[in-house]
Formats: sequence, C-alpha cells, structure tokens
Amino acid sequence: MRPSSAGWAFAGPAVAVLAVFFVFPVIAAFAISLTDFDIYALADLKNLRFVGVQNYIDLLETPLFWRALVNTLYFVVVGAPLSLAASLGAALLLNARAARWKAFFRTALFAPVVTTLVAVAVIWRYLLHTKYGLVNFSLGSLGLPSIDWLGNPRFSMPAIILFAVWKNFGYNMIILLAGLQAIPEELYEAARIDGAGKVQQFLHVTLPGLAPTLFLVGILTMAGYFQLFAEPYVMTQGGPVQSTLSVLYLMYEQAFKWWSLGSASAVAFILFVFMLAAASLQLALTRRFGGAA
Amino acid sequence: MKRKTAAARSGLPATVGLSVIALLALFPLFWMLSVSFMSPGEASVFPPPLLPKHPTLDNYRALFERAHIGRYFLNSLIVASAATALSLSFNVAAGYAFAKLEFKGRELIFRLMLAALVIPAQVAMIPLFLMLKSMGLVNTWIGVLIPFIAGIFGIFLVRQYALSIPTEMIEAARMEGASELRIFRSVVLPALTPILVTLGVFTFLAAWNDFFWPLIVLTDDAKYTLPIALAALSREHVQDVELMMAGAVVTVTPVLALFLALQRFYIQGLLVGSVKG
Repeated sequence: MRPSSAGWAFAGPAVAVLAVFFVFPVIAAFAISLTDFDIYALADLKNLRFVGVQNYIDLLETPLFWRALVNTLYFVVVGAPLSLAASLGAALLLNARAARWKAFFRTALFAPVVTTLVAVAVIWRYLLHTKYGLVNFSLGSLGLPSIDWLGNPRFSMPAIILFAVWKNFGYNMIILLAGLQAIPEELYEAARIDGAGKVQQFLHVTLPGLAPTLFLVGILTMAGYFQLFAEPYVMTQGGPVQSTLSVLYLMYEQAFKWWSLGSASAVAFILFVFMLAAASLQLALTRRFGGAA
Repeated sequence: MKRKTAAARSGLPATVGLSVIALLALFPLFWMLSVSFMSPGEASVFPPPLLPKHPTLDNYRALFERAHIGRYFLNSLIVASAATALSLSFNVAAGYAFAKLEFKGRELIFRLMLAALVIPAQVAMIPLFLMLKSMGLVNTWIGVLIPFIAGIFGIFLVRQYALSIPTEMIEAARMEGASELRIFRSVVLPALTPILVTLGVFTFLAAWNDFFWPLIVLTDDAKYTLPIALAALSREHVQDVELMMAGAVVTVTPVLALFLALQRFYIQGLLVGSVKG
C-alpha cells in the first residue's frame, strides 16, 4: 500500500461519515428551509413545494420568533459575559501563588461542568422553588424578599442565567488558568520594579497576556450560549409567558411537535447567521481595541 | 508600593475566596444527595431541611421498581460505550492520517473541517432525522449513535497529539517492510495511548449527558437514555422532590466518578482542544 492510499484508507471512513451525516444534512437543511416541508410532505414527498424565502419572511413577521430571538440574545449578552467573569475570577484565585489546596479546589469548581445538564437543571428547579427553595431561604435570612424565580417572567431568564453560570464557569476557568500560567513571571517582576500595584499589574500584564485566550474563550462561550435549549426545556418549558423560549426551543417545537420542518430549518439557519454575526463582531472589536494582540 | 499583610502572604484571602466558590459549586450536588435519602414530602417544608431525619433508600427502590430506571441506566451505558468505541475507531485513524500520512486533498479537507466547526450541530439535525426515517432508523441505537461516529473535534484532538510522534519511527518501521496497518497498531497506537483515553472520556461523557439528539430520535420510552427519562419523569412527578433527586444521583454519579478517576486526561484534552485551537 502506497502512503497516499494508506492515508485515504485511514482518513476515508471518518471523512465519509462526516460528509454523509453532517455536510450533506447541512446543505439539505438549507434546501428544506426553502420549501413548505410539513406533515403532508412527511407522509408523501409529492406534497412538497418550493417556496423560496417565504419561510424566512413568515418568521420575521411572527412575534413568537422575535420573542425567542430576543430571549436568546438576552441569555447570550448577559449570560456569556457573566460566565466569563466568574471563570476569570476563579482562575485568578486558583493562580494566586499562596492559595492552598489548589488541586482540590480545581476539581471541586470543575465538577458542575461534567454533570448531566438535565439532572442538575432538575436540582436547581427545586433550589429555586418559591416557598421551599434554598435560594429564597438564603435571601430570606439576609432579610431580602422571596422571588418567584421560575414563575415570574421578569426573573425566569435571570434564574436560568444563574444556573448556566454555575454549570459552565469551571470549563473556561481551566482554560484561562492555563493562559494565566503561561504569562512569564518576569513580566510581573518588571512591573513590580516599576512600582505597579496589584490592579495595575492586572491591567497591564495579566489582561494583555490573557487577551488571545480570552478572545477565543469568548467566541466559544457565546456560540455555546446561543444553543440554549435543555435549561428551559427542563426548568420552565419555555415559560412563563414565553419568557424563556429560546430559538432552539422554537426550532424543536416547530420541527418535532408541529412537523413544520421547512420553517424549523429556516429557524436553524437564522440562528446560525446570528452566531456567525456575533463571532465576527467580536473579531472586529478585538482587532479594533486589541491592537496587535 | 503597599506592603503585603501577613494574611495575604499566607494565601488566606485567596483560600477563603476559593472555599466560598467551592461551597457554591458543590452545594447543589450535596443537597441532591441528601434529599435523595429523605422520605416523601420531607424536603418540601419551611425552613428547608439540609439532612434527612431518617435516611431511607425508598426513593431508589421506587425508581428501580416502578420507574424502571435500571433499564434507562443500561440504555445510557450501551449508548455511551458504543459511542466511545465508534468515536475511537473512526477518529483515531483519521487523526493519525491527517497528522502523519500524505494523501491527496489532505490540506484542503483539513481546512474545510476546521471551517465547518462554526456550524452548530443542530442545523444538520432535521435532515438527519429525515434520513434516519427513510432508512427506518428512528428510535434505534444506530440512530442515536450516528452523530458520535466521526467528529471534527475528535479528529483534531488526535491529530494535534499525533503530530508529536517522530516521523523517523514510522519511516523506520516502513523500511523494515511493516505494512501500514501494522505500523498503526504497533508504533502509532502505543504512542497515542494518553490521547485515546482523553478522547474516550470526552465521548463517553458527551454521549451520556447528551439530550437534544436522543430527545428527537428516541420515541419509545423503553429506549430512553437517563437524561430523557429524567426529563420525562420530572414533568410527571413535579412534586416528588425526593424521588427526582434520587434519579439525579443515579444519572450524575457515573459521569462524576469517571471524571474523578480520569480527570488528568480530561483536562489535558480540554486544553489541547481550546487553547491550541
């Protein structure tokens, strides 16, 4: 066997699987989004009609779609930065030279990441219970009023964000910690000799050194937060009054509850476009304000 | 420049800060475990109790006897193990090929794969469902497993690691007349062992915890995996906190244990996957 054919023999199966079960479906999804694929077409493909961009136009005229989009953007714009801030704070503490029991803390802080989302969402649903939940009990012992976290449309999304930050912060913490450890100690020493305090060291040594990692982690985190689904599915079922209905939840219901597969495919593509736009925006901002970094 | 206090030098503030965060991170898991041993209704009182008055295994008994959680556990185990085996066979071979074997179109395909990383998997799921339906694979293990067979991330992970295998080692074996398959088995695979464990753990956890795709594909509750069963149970038994917490314990314990046992490999993979990406 010549190396070239050997290469194809080894790479071929995986590449073929990706082509058939990923690339082809993605292209097909776009094609389906241009049709009125519904339960009748599911029964007999002869009922399928090409409708051009009609699905997209219809969606843009549907208030529920806008609701889902705004909810998802809320989750992304508030949740992703909060999550990153929590990760960065934890990573900085773990990187403090004098901190003790670091191995234990690293594992403990990372534990929520590997847990099953559905299972821990069920836990949090009870922790957030208005009457018997420990979250409100803690608020009460601080003299704060009880909040109907999952029943009040003003608090349902903040509750889900709180949960998501708890579940996810450990992941980026590990990556940021590695980034922090890669910053040469000499840079800090030089800054100290120049009389820089802790805050100045953070602003002029830590942040620039961490910028590439932060940028990458920021894009990945945003992409992840756009895919909000299981949290509202388990904790609120999209409610109350659609306050936690996400784009992916809408796609799921359109596709597998109402069998409007054409419209659901259009929803998927709009989500994809928003994810691309958000990533490009972040890239542009980094170029603009990050200088050469 | 301010002088450091003795407390700061001893690491006390950082340690206290970490303790508070660790408490917040672990408390929900501790609470889950504690409530799973409570009697029905015991957790739904004010003030909420932290520990069971008379610890009982009744919730677990009810789950296994009435809610068939043993079957869902077995389903999850089958799916996660098969996903791991498939992912390892397909992605390791491909990762090695992209790192060390010359073949036509290699660079182009690799670049296309990296670009495809930006496409969220959910975009492919509706057509994938239709494909499975036309092949009669809805509500089958094969259907659930399809997204795990080959993955861009897995190929990339193995490739990054395989790049560090000395090419001379492979060349030497080739000069001695070893077949490509033999080189793969006796030279490449042993060198890749750590990353095999990493990819294995990643895939197992991802398959065990997966929700969106099995929710679409598995229509018959005898085939449910634990997360799907748990979500369905929690809609039926909203009031049964104690029962649901026992269900959460059964679901979460295997992945937490696996992570604790192999966390070195897991964290290494996480860093290869993101930082060097």
